[in-house]
Amino acid sequence: MTKAPIFPSQWLPMLLLAALLLVPMTAVALDAHFYIGFMTRILIYALAASALNLVLGYVGLVGFGHALFVGLGAYCVSLASLYGLESAWPQLALALVSCAVVGLVTGAISLRTRGIGFIMITLAFSQMGYYVFVSLKNYGGDDGMSIAVTSQLGLGLDLGSPTPLYYATWIALAATLLWMHKVRQAPFGMALRGSRQNQARISAIGFPARRFQLIAYVVSAMVCGVAGILLANLNAYASPALMSWQLSGELIVIVVIGGMGTVFGPFLGALLFIGLEEIMKSQTEHWMLVVGPIIVLVALAGRDGVMGGLHWLDGRWTGLAASGSNRGPGPGAKVASAKGGE
Amino acid sequence: MNKLANMNSVLCSIALAALSAHAQADVKIGLSGPFSGPMAADGQEYIDGFSLALEQLGGKLGGQDVTVTQGDDMMKPEIGSQVMRKFIERDRVDAIVGLGYSNIIMANLRRLKDSGVVSIAVAGGPSPMAGAQCAPNVFSIAYPNDGSGEAIGKLMQDKGYKNVYLMAPNYQAGKDMINGFKRWYKNAVAAEVYTQINQTDYSAEITQLQLAKKDAIFVFYPGSMGVNFIKQLKQAGVIGAVPVYSTFTVDGTNLPALRNAALGVVSGNTWNPSLQNPQNEKFVRAFEAKYKRTPGTYAANAYDAAMLLDVAVRKVKGDTSNKAAFAAAVKAAGAEFKSVRGRFSFNSNNMPIQDYHAFEMVQEGSHFTGRLLATPLSNHKDAYVSACPLK
Amino acid sequence: MLLLAQLLNGLQYGLLLFLLAAGLTLVFGIMSFVNLAHGSLYMMGAYIAASVANSTGNFLVGIAAALAGCLAIGMLLERVAISRLYDKDHLSHVLATFGMIMFFNELASMVWGKQPLFVAIPALLDGTVDLFGLQYPLYRFAVIVAGLAVAAGCYLMIHKTRLGMLIRAGANNTAMVGALGINIKLLNAMLFGIGAALAGLSGAVAAPILSVQAGMGEPVLIVTFVVIVIGGIGSVKGAFYSALIVGVVDTMGRAFLPLALNAVISRELADAAGPALASLLIYLLMAAVLAWRPQGLFVAKR
Repeated sequence: MTKAPIFPSQWLPMLLLAALLLVPMTAVALDAHFYIGFMTRILIYALAASALNLVLGYVGLVGFGHALFVGLGAYCVSLASLYGLESAWPQLALALVSCAVVGLVTGAISLRTRGIGFIMITLAFSQMGYYVFVSLKNYGGDDGMSIAVTSQLGLGLDLGSPTPLYYATWIALAATLLWMHKVRQAPFGMALRGSRQNQARISAIGFPARRFQLIAYVVSAMVCGVAGILLANLNAYASPALMSWQLSGELIVIVVIGGMGTVFGPFLGALLFIGLEEIMKSQTEHWMLVVGPIIVLVALAGRDGVMGGLHWLDGRWTGLAASGSNRGPGPGAKVASAKGGE
Repeated sequence: MNKLANMNSVLCSIALAALSAHAQADVKIGLSGPFSGPMAADGQEYIDGFSLALEQLGGKLGGQDVTVTQGDDMMKPEIGSQVMRKFIERDRVDAIVGLGYSNIIMANLRRLKDSGVVSIAVAGGPSPMAGAQCAPNVFSIAYPNDGSGEAIGKLMQDKGYKNVYLMAPNYQAGKDMINGFKRWYKNAVAAEVYTQINQTDYSAEITQLQLAKKDAIFVFYPGSMGVNFIKQLKQAGVIGAVPVYSTFTVDGTNLPALRNAALGVVSGNTWNPSLQNPQNEKFVRAFEAKYKRTPGTYAANAYDAAMLLDVAVRKVKGDTSNKAAFAAAVKAAGAEFKSVRGRFSFNSNNMPIQDYHAFEMVQEGSHFTGRLLATPLSNHKDAYVSACPLK
Repeated sequence: MLLLAQLLNGLQYGLLLFLLAAGLTLVFGIMSFVNLAHGSLYMMGAYIAASVANSTGNFLVGIAAALAGCLAIGMLLERVAISRLYDKDHLSHVLATFGMIMFFNELASMVWGKQPLFVAIPALLDGTVDLFGLQYPLYRFAVIVAGLAVAAGCYLMIHKTRLGMLIRAGANNTAMVGALGINIKLLNAMLFGIGAALAGLSGAVAAPILSVQAGMGEPVLIVTFVVIVIGGIGSVKGAFYSALIVGVVDTMGRAFLPLALNAVISRELADAAGPALASLLIYLLMAAVLAWRPQGLFVAKR
């Protein structure tokens, strides 16, 4: 990491992320192996949501079809494994390339639209992906494909076994978060966030806003592909259901609950949303009756999410340690919520 | 942050509760299926059928106390994997009953096989499970997916139809069913039409069908697809004008939503409330008294699963800790327990050997039900057993 | 003749889509609100119509109840939650209405149970008409007539009544209408309620054809969005033409694409590709329209 962070909104999530390194040992010690897989799933969702955050939070474009790339990544594993390609690295390359190509084509078309048009066209593309894979009956069609041999990392490490998969996911997530943090400060990220508020102005000062947005879309597609690879290994399965619009919707909910446009928001959002869902499911069969209104309330309360709460803590924190320290707007300061859309 | 800390502590307490529960209960059952979402009506059948059997057994299986944990797969493979993982790794159940539809079964087949936990499907048996990927601990108490298709194929061949129009949704189970049908029906096929899965409006396809030359129709539209399809077929005046044969399109779960629309439709199935044997009469009477509705096939299968486990647990004298021995006991119990279907046993690939019937939908007073028309295949074995390495 | 029958099927499907799209596009055009829960209102309409028709034995009463019920649900929803979301962005709209979908689906399965409901076609409309040798369901003719009547009604309402004038004015400049002393809050609530009632009507009309159950709103919702995006957001006229286009394209694709493919490629391949391509068709159409004219085919005059 670059330098010692000062704000709770930074060190609290970092501490939590570091603490999660202990999950596999703790789970083994407590004889609760189930929680390794459960936490892996949360981290995978956090990874996919972070990828979506690049488009949704930084650029302000509501992509409603990111499940397409998660599904593509998963199918790269199952198809490669079917044809005897069992090493994780060529599978990764395959997933990155296919997500980049599909992301480039769909992104270039989608970015011609704004607002609801963008929401709907990204949704349409993921629906197309869903129907294409449903109809591939040689590859399981609607039933999906099971993966006989999970991805081999080399050195005897198998992504199909819980602990290596957990750490691989943790590393992918940590690397993505670090990158998201760096990009926020870089001209590229500044231009992206600026274009969310006023695209014309960003273009006027010489940044190719549209091209930057397309790059962001493609990168976000590729990271979702990685999440797909991990998910396929977790379940030893790939199915068209991964491309359904409900998954795209859940990713949006996770980003917003966590705090969009922030580095750690999607990570906290995934912990909170999947944790909440799991707890409600264990309490009542009608959990959707509770979770649904909670989502409505989150939308009504504004879009700062968990990170918004932490930023409020930041204010208290800096207030306490006030005088000497540099009180510029912290790196995690809120991005003014511009009225997206048209 | 507080919220997160709370959540972690809740998760820990759930884990502890699960561990302590394991120490107390004698037999732990995980019951999974589509308990919410569009197929929730079918999932409810699993729960009600299984609960009714447990109630009649005094809350015990093989004389041992039972705890049942439910897991909702929402008919999504990813969620289904999560449920199985929970059953196997956290709750450490002795047997898993339900398993959902083929897509969920296929997503978990390897995990179930590796775990060695007795697993009993109540709503199907995809062909890989019956063939190359069969496992000593994975059973279907229902049928191989194409079994009833074979039966109706034979029936229509025997009846001398010369030109049959075939329709099914465009997915694996749909193709399996049509292939099973064509294994026994050898005359001409007027057309073979596959529709999009979960399609709701069939007007275009029905118009094509009306104008085609055919002497009968065979369709496979399970669940709510069946309600949509049969209603629209009836409204177009096809039912009654042309013989309509089906599998899993019309049964106890959707007959209340179809009523007179389905009259005259012939349905291939292994079970119907009208089947006459003492075990079935007892089951149907108790079910109708308790739940105020007619049971469907899945309820009957889940009821059978509980009765099967009752015999199997007794065979191992309540000691389910040896998974292989318990699985062997379940297999042997297949020929011993009293199925609501009558004759029943497991083949070497853990698929049922049973009778396949054809029922005609009729009205008796204000009540809609099936009437046994024929039993095209008796004591029938599936077509995949030779691919299964189990002996 | 086959072509004629399939055109009728497409017309009927298109008109059903129009009933849904009209409300959605009005709400979007005037309040700039994205409502994913529109499909839930359709589902509520179907449930209300089914349960009322079954208990009274009169399908028309069921339809009236669905209209009134959805109008009430819509206005209530608007007052309680949606009016608070107008000044937020589209993301908040998507999020909130995504939550509402979950809520309504669960509510419906709690209130009416998990089994699908049955609704009989009214005796008067049960049966078929002979269409040059083809038996065509009478009920579907009735749907076509009703759909055209509602479309005409919408046209008259928008162009000939005071409410319609306010709607047109509101679409142009909401602030100005408010400044002229019109109760914008009430206008918005009424507008949302009318959209909800149209969705409910559509659900009620579909109830005898379809399986009435929780979750029935989502598949049709996505197609409705395709309709309003192709038609040009905010334009009722656009929604009408585009609903007919989508209805006809979808029906024709399902009817003739597998046949056409059969003639070109092997039967095995055609069986697999036909239905897939047919289900893709409307999305391809939408992507093409958006790529060519991002604002839609029939943009509302501004």
